[in-house]
Amino acid sequence: MLVSNLEFLPGRTVERHLGLVQGSSVRSKHVGRDIAASLKNFFGGELRGYTELLSDSREEATERMLKQAESMGANAVLNVRYSTSSIAAGAAEIFVYGTAVELQVE
Amino acid sequence: MNSLMIQAGVAVVLLVLGYLFGRLAEKRHFKKLIEREAATQHVPVVATRYPPEDRAYDQQLVSGNVVIASDYFKAFLAGLINIFGGRVTPFESMLDRARRESVLRMKDAAIALGATYVFNIKFETSRIATGKVAAMEVLAYGTAMIPTSEEAVRPEIAHEV
Repeated sequence: MLVSNLEFLPGRTVERHLGLVQGSSVRSKHVGRDIAASLKNFFGGELRGYTELLSDSREEATERMLKQAESMGANAVLNVRYSTSSIAAGAAEIFVYGTAVELQVE
Repeated sequence: MNSLMIQAGVAVVLLVLGYLFGRLAEKRHFKKLIEREAATQHVPVVATRYPPEDRAYDQQLVSGNVVIASDYFKAFLAGLINIFGGRVTPFESMLDRARRESVLRMKDAAIALGATYVFNIKFETSRIATGKVAAMEVLAYGTAMIPTSEEAVRPEIAHEV
């Protein structure tokens, strides 16, 4: 499965647009990470725990999107966008969406 | 009276610690950023939506993210600036660090794939907050262009981007 945030790919022709596909994942951090983070907050700098958490979450959302695309018979997802929103204290939603397409096989 | 003194004392200690460690960390980070940016200069990151057609490429979405928290001193300073308004420089440098770091992480991912460009870069900034912790996440993502053939199909536009 080809994933890109470009609208078209050089040298490839889109045979069919299959519609919007999306994936989302809501995650919250656990207390241990919170304590470590609040300590770190005095000194500033990267909060590695959160970086990892969010990138894991993003991976999962992307996987869900790809699964949906696969079930539609797509072989690529184009024009992919990410969006993040903080839903409640301690929980963030990662949303990813794109257009499922069928690319011509070379 | 006593507890108030202790509270004020703790605040002052935190401010000093935040100032010293925060400044040190920031200085080190900026130094590293400059080094890494120089080392990855051969892979341009482009905000254009239109990919090059000079040769055949494979495409792959790459991303990099980082969560950076402000230190105690920065937060305090920002609070002061807030009273009069104006440029909140302590947070500007924090976001600059986060953004450059996320781009570099994205670039590292692209370089690992053998890419020569990253196209259509997008940024996403969001506030991560719980209780006293205030931090920003910056995500950078784009499409890594991985050449499949050495030979340029149209050499006249090969290095125009």
